[in-house]
Amino acid sequence: MALDDQKGGFKFIGTRPNRPDGLDKVTGRARFGADAHASGMLHAAILRSPHAHARIKKIDTSRAEAAKGVKAIVTRADFTQSLQPAPGMKGENWNILENVMAGDTALYDGHAVAAVAATSALAAKDALKLIEVEYEPLPHVTDVDKAMQADAPVIREGVAAGTVPKGLHPNVAGYHESGHGDVEAGFAEADLVVEDHFVTEATHQGYIEPHACLAQLGADGKGELWCCTQGHWNVQKVCAALLDLETSQLRVTASEIGGGFGGKTAVFIEPVALALSRKANRPVKLVMSRAEVFRATGPTSSTSMDVKIGMKKDGTITAAQGVFRLQGGAFPGAPADMTAMCAFAPYALKNVHQIGYDVMTNRPKQAAYRAPGSPMAAFGVESVIDELCNQLGLDPLDTRLKNASHEGTKASYGPKFQRIGLVETLEAAKAHPHYTAPLKPGQGRGISCGFWFNHGGETAVSLALSEDGTVQLAVGTPDIGGSRASMALMAAEVLGVPYDNIRVIIADTASLGYNEISHGSRVTYASGLATIKAAEDAVKKLCARAAAKWGIPEDAVKWEDGCAVPSGPNAGEFPPMPIAEITRKMGATGGPICGHFEATPEGAGVSFATHIVDSEVDPETGKTSVVRYTVVQDAGKAIHPTYVEGQFQGGAAQGIGWALNEEYIYGEDGRLQNPLFLDYRIPVASDLPMIDTVIVEVPNPGHPYGVRGVGETSICPPLAAIANAVSAAAGVRMRQLPMSPPRILEALEKQAGDG
Amino acid sequence: MVEVNLWSGLRPLANGEEMVEVEADTVGGLLDALVEQHPGLQEAIDAGVSVAVDGRIIASALDEPIRPDSEVFLMQRLKGG
Repeated sequence: MALDDQKGGFKFIGTRPNRPDGLDKVTGRARFGADAHASGMLHAAILRSPHAHARIKKIDTSRAEAAKGVKAIVTRADFTQSLQPAPGMKGENWNILENVMAGDTALYDGHAVAAVAATSALAAKDALKLIEVEYEPLPHVTDVDKAMQADAPVIREGVAAGTVPKGLHPNVAGYHESGHGDVEAGFAEADLVVEDHFVTEATHQGYIEPHACLAQLGADGKGELWCCTQGHWNVQKVCAALLDLETSQLRVTASEIGGGFGGKTAVFIEPVALALSRKANRPVKLVMSRAEVFRATGPTSSTSMDVKIGMKKDGTITAAQGVFRLQGGAFPGAPADMTAMCAFAPYALKNVHQIGYDVMTNRPKQAAYRAPGSPMAAFGVESVIDELCNQLGLDPLDTRLKNASHEGTKASYGPKFQRIGLVETLEAAKAHPHYTAPLKPGQGRGISCGFWFNHGGETAVSLALSEDGTVQLAVGTPDIGGSRASMALMAAEVLGVPYDNIRVIIADTASLGYNEISHGSRVTYASGLATIKAAEDAVKKLCARAAAKWGIPEDAVKWEDGCAVPSGPNAGEFPPMPIAEITRKMGATGGPICGHFEATPEGAGVSFATHIVDSEVDPETGKTSVVRYTVVQDAGKAIHPTYVEGQFQGGAAQGIGWALNEEYIYGEDGRLQNPLFLDYRIPVASDLPMIDTVIVEVPNPGHPYGVRGVGETSICPPLAAIANAVSAAAGVRMRQLPMSPPRILEALEKQAGDG
Repeated sequence: MVEVNLWSGLRPLANGEEMVEVEADTVGGLLDALVEQHPGLQEAIDAGVSVAVDGRIIASALDEPIRPDSEVFLMQRLKGG
């Protein structure tokens, strides 16, 4: 596809109208996962393992079944028996099933072992207490480094992918190694080599809306499912596999979504609700509590990392290497490969080498969280670069500019970059008043770059014109960041009709072809591209109707400002024919006019960001404040700048929480100690400064308007930028996240002791 | 012939080779040819790979064209948030 046809001269693109779903959301009219009801609906609850690792010897549900109001109970026996485990990611549906409902072993604290549907939520919860499970506790491990040691308990034998070198612990499920050049020779050329060890804790995506669904499945295998998800076609596919259904017989509708950030790309409760519904022959509603969300849905991986970088006195990086160990919970799939590939991508390096380990532990299965893996890698890499700059007396922005990747650079992960905008973000950061603003005593400034790949993926869009010339646009990617507004703007741009004349809906799985999950920052890129193409398809048909009316060839008509017009003086003289004039008579001139587009666009451009952070540390209490924050990021082309800025700010806000406060804390017993927002502290508005944003626009050649994904790159630099700022403010290098007050005090005391 | 660069972790599955030459003019043909030459790569390819062709990262489309002089890197497939 030639997709680089238009990069400027826009009428609608780049404007900032209100979002179409805004009124629904501020008035409470929008329906989220838990807002659905059905006649005769039952309520479900899930029994979860209190053990980090235990063999399930017996489950006796007889007392619970006899309890008042209980209509169905399911265990693993109520799901498909046809899936089998397989090494690596080949057995992923089995892994999902095993996570959705434990088989013979509970693999982490919070692992589902049975579920009840009853006439009230209370009756369902009460019935859980009557289910008798006989456990045989097994040794457990929750720390990534300990899980790789020889004496660590094995989570499951035979998981390792074929790419894992022999001799590693069976808990190492995946392995990635890449790079080029000769790092040892590069280190020998350096004037200074810094090597350090870094640790990050697991953090949750922290979406405010818990997982919720309403399921109906009959004995005939026909089902309806309403759920909050980032990808309902994936839910459909996975549920069908786990319940032995024909995919098309299960219609899935995505609710409004109260945050996802990658955590709702996975399937947790939907197959359970469907299994209960099938057994009870009634609709079943299932809503997770916050504690369940923390204990049993995806946090990000925790990490243990070693980073070594060599630099010349002039700031040239001579070599870089990193080892990244990712704790992925009780299943394979931690993004060790992405972590390793993103780590050094911002820099043009002759010698680079990276290794990633995907390591299993007795924790919940990790899930994607905005650019999975990249933020942690940046924390290690950008901290070492900061340290090198400090010790060599170099400006951190100039040093990054000196080494920055640009078009044609051989990326650390192999291929050459196409057109990218890292240098432009660095230059914009350097020109921003923030970078040279004076700091107060006790404050420090940090910067970091960040990188993410972005993604295209399977996409289908349909657009139907109404008789009055207004437009219905159906996309298949749940709106997790204001995408309805962006879609309407792109359709308006092509059709030349007002933004408000376009109604965008998220279609259910029966209404469009397969749409990949809203992930990989793909929505504005891929659904946007498909929207443009679908609108162009409609325009072609509109022009054909005008041509027929005028009695001239179709190619003698073009589309301008919402009207068909003759394409030139030779086409004849006809007054512009507005869209509504054509659609009013469409039933009599050939039938309904629709446009559609289905493809797997493959031109998602990678993107880069540079963040500047000022922080303040109280040396008595260890409390840290972020006092100023500036995000500079390449958006390719900002379709709706306000929502691009919102993505930038959201990534920074979540990064602040990750860097300063948020962490999964496990006890010696392997149980999660802080599964509530009271003890797991995400930033609230009063914790945050105004987060300033600068949108850089280096067009992506793979999109008609130049769009690059923006949702994920914004969380890549914050951990490192904040750590560099806090380290500068505290006067001590912080190597472990979160930089909570006790950790800062410990670091200050250790430094005082060492001094 | 197209030169396909493998990431280091794949090399033990391809007789230690860093670069494999195959006859192919599409991404799909390239992956088939790789497995034909090195059956050990099947599992990794089935698990999901992307193919970077002249810097464009092709995640899914098997019909994407490849020229004999294209720069081709096998990469692990992205999972985003």
